[in-house]
Amino acid sequence: MAFLSFIFRRLLQLIPTLAFILVVIFVLVRMLPGDPASAILGDRARDADVTRINAELGLDQPIPVQFGIFLKNIATGDLGNSIHLKVSVASLIADRLPVTLMLTAMAALIALVLAVPLAFVAATRQGRVADNSIRGAFQVGLSMPVFYVGLILLTVFGAQLRWFPVGGFGSSFVDHLYHLFLPALTLALSLAAILMRNLRAAIIGVVDAEYVDFARAKGLRSRLIMTRHVLRNALISTVTLFGLQVGTLLGGAVITETVFAIPGAGRLMIDSIYGRDYPVVQGLALALAVIVSLTFLLTDIVQAWLDPRVAR
Amino acid sequence: MSTTVSSPGTGRRRRLRLGRLPVTLIAGGLILLASLVLAIVPSAFAPYDPIAMDYMAILSPPSWAHPFGTDSFGRDVLARVIHAYTIDMQIAVFATTGPLIVGVIVGALVGYAGGVAEAIFGRIVDAVISFPFLVLVIAIVAVLGPGLGNMYIAVGVIGWVFYGRLVAGEVNVQKRLDYAAAGRAMGYTPGRIIFRHLLPNAITPAIVYWMTDMALAILLGSSLGYLGLGAQPPAAEWGVQIADGKNFMSTAWWISVFPGVAIVITGLGFSLFGDGLAELLRTKK
Repeated sequence: MAFLSFIFRRLLQLIPTLAFILVVIFVLVRMLPGDPASAILGDRARDADVTRINAELGLDQPIPVQFGIFLKNIATGDLGNSIHLKVSVASLIADRLPVTLMLTAMAALIALVLAVPLAFVAATRQGRVADNSIRGAFQVGLSMPVFYVGLILLTVFGAQLRWFPVGGFGSSFVDHLYHLFLPALTLALSLAAILMRNLRAAIIGVVDAEYVDFARAKGLRSRLIMTRHVLRNALISTVTLFGLQVGTLLGGAVITETVFAIPGAGRLMIDSIYGRDYPVVQGLALALAVIVSLTFLLTDIVQAWLDPRVAR
Repeated sequence: MSTTVSSPGTGRRRRLRLGRLPVTLIAGGLILLASLVLAIVPSAFAPYDPIAMDYMAILSPPSWAHPFGTDSFGRDVLARVIHAYTIDMQIAVFATTGPLIVGVIVGALVGYAGGVAEAIFGRIVDAVISFPFLVLVIAIVAVLGPGLGNMYIAVGVIGWVFYGRLVAGEVNVQKRLDYAAAGRAMGYTPGRIIFRHLLPNAITPAIVYWMTDMALAILLGSSLGYLGLGAQPPAAEWGVQIADGKNFMSTAWWISVFPGVAIVITGLGFSLFGDGLAELLRTKK
């Protein structure tokens, strides 16, 4: 019961957050330089045409009315049309966002596969050579900018060894996975470092807890103690951190997609900012912010499920 | 956090002995010291002018004359890496100090006030962290125009929230402790209680985060430089240099690789120093 009411309360909190996100996007987009009418018509636009376009877009209305139109359009799923690509923003997002989501999901998976076993090894051999070398390697990984890691992996494994393609997205699902492997690895490294640092500390903290001593005193096999008692409790703070890092991961995807020339939402974002394609910028910012908010919601729910005390 | 009832500040300051300092603090401190010296007087160490072009020595590999080689304009890569310390260390300091000050003040006030103020602040935090930080900074820089000054504004608009959240949480804990109640009973003004008594006990996580944040600022600054939104060419900045060399990776790797190494070493300096500082402040308690 406490769990359900927790989810309900958490859902209510989403409303002011989403409202604030909408206001921020509305204000930010209206501050973008250059007016959309001349962006649509080009430099040699006539005044009459500019006035007509502004009226069509509702830009001749007072700001509060514009905000009302903005809300109504979003509620009906109408995000406007791209100025340069001449297609609806909603279809562009539907086209490009899955690529980015696939990239970030792969990156998250690789990060977990790297972080969990290594954190375990480091925590159980605390202060020894294995621990220190794992921590040292990840400390370096944490200090490397995404675009630099990407450039080096691309050069070594793409251009020199030719194990992986040097960019693009491929055509079939397996081909997608193959094309996205290097970019996902690029993105995964810093996340793995953050997760592994946190998980190592958490495992060390939990191993000393009294209930672990108790489990040992009961004579439980140490493997069972490790998986059921230590790992489950150590994962709680790591899950929270993981959720909080999704935003960073999506931000990193923007750069990774640029370095590897992947036709995803991040690349589209950068192109649209350079091209002043403001409906696209607006739609993408909204989509990304909503995804991150929902991830936070999911994180909190998973956390409450792992640790029922959170829900109270 | 500890729940001792000790009074803040002066009483617990002990003399530090070098031997007792965490190794990470010393190692990080030395890297940062060296970085600062390079940032302040780069010309004393750089063998060449960072923007002087030598068309007779285009794309030369590392040699005695050019230890890090030259780039596609014949500029000395070592000289550019050294001169870039000035811009990148400036990014580390400028992009984080403003947010630190604003965040600490707002966080302390919000944490002490609690109630509606804290609820509103909580929603602002949620909304800000719902945007991928990098995307938001890129969007703001796009609005204001490329360049370092606008990058500082973009980071400042968002960055204070993280410090505010840390400090608000800590102040919220501290204000419930006995010494805060004692201060109120003595009739101290809220301002005096917050800034003279609670804050010194609540600021540690923010200071430790500040170190991490400076490393992140360098990563962010160089990323924007790489995308062409940060420091503008021909300025020597690590991200700009890596972008300069990206099309020559297979033939002249040294243009991009050495600036990257500088980023990693400097970032390592900040995170080691931050880790050491956290350890030091933890053992002091």
